[in-house]
Amino acid sequence: MSRAAPLDAAFSALADPTRRAILARLVQGEATVNELAAPFSISQPAISRHIKVLEEAGLIVRRVDGARRPCRIAPAALDNLDAYLSMLREGLERSYARLDRLLADNPRPKKEQR
Amino acid sequence: MSKLTLETEGDAVVVVKRRFDAPPAAVFRAHTDPDMLQQWMLGPDGWTMPVCVCEARPGGAIRYEWSNAEGAGFYLTGHFVELDPPRRIVHVERMHLPDPTPDNRVETTFTPDDEGTLMVMRMTLPDAATRAAMLETGMEHGMEASYVRLEDTWSAEG
Repeated sequence: MSRAAPLDAAFSALADPTRRAILARLVQGEATVNELAAPFSISQPAISRHIKVLEEAGLIVRRVDGARRPCRIAPAALDNLDAYLSMLREGLERSYARLDRLLADNPRPKKEQR
Repeated sequence: MSKLTLETEGDAVVVVKRRFDAPPAAVFRAHTDPDMLQQWMLGPDGWTMPVCVCEARPGGAIRYEWSNAEGAGFYLTGHFVELDPPRRIVHVERMHLPDPTPDNRVETTFTPDDEGTLMVMRMTLPDAATRAAMLETGMEHGMEASYVRLEDTWSAEG
């Protein structure tokens, strides 16, 4: 498995609006399938399928609590996304620092050369 | 003050602000000229942009491909929606990792600020949940470290 695969699975899982909504809900804390299904007008089996995709992408984990199997965000998986976003954020500032130097070398736009 | 700030606005918007010591026309050009983009829009050290398509007209294509010495790479595609030089650019973009990320609509404005330019980049994601997934899951807490590293960079450059 390539190193990029977990990130691909994560973004692929996030490509669906219902799954993003589920994840956004779980950012606030643990929830059961019933609780997650409540805001949606789709069936509980459909929600369960979305949860399975999120689970397989490593974005959420489930624990056993008697008859309940509550879901929560998987911190380790989010580290992947976080590392990627951190790279973007740092990359942005690195890029702008580079642009600062480029602009300092050439502060005035050249006349159109045509 | 040239520090980058990143803030959320409303439900699905991310706003990045940055000041540059050059007039809006120069900063605008740096965002639309492929030769210039290839010199600065490179992200972390060690990356190059071997392919830079930037057709700066409404409907014009955007394609940036990055690669590093280890052979890793990814790319971004999109198109321009509006251009009002040197004040404003509206474009749509998505990353390919290689699966495409949700579309990001970006409005970038360049406003005179003394002798320089205040750039404001408003990124609008498809919905609140996308932004939540991308921001609340951790985009905030690495920032300070990035800023500190950046300060080090500037100090080193004197």
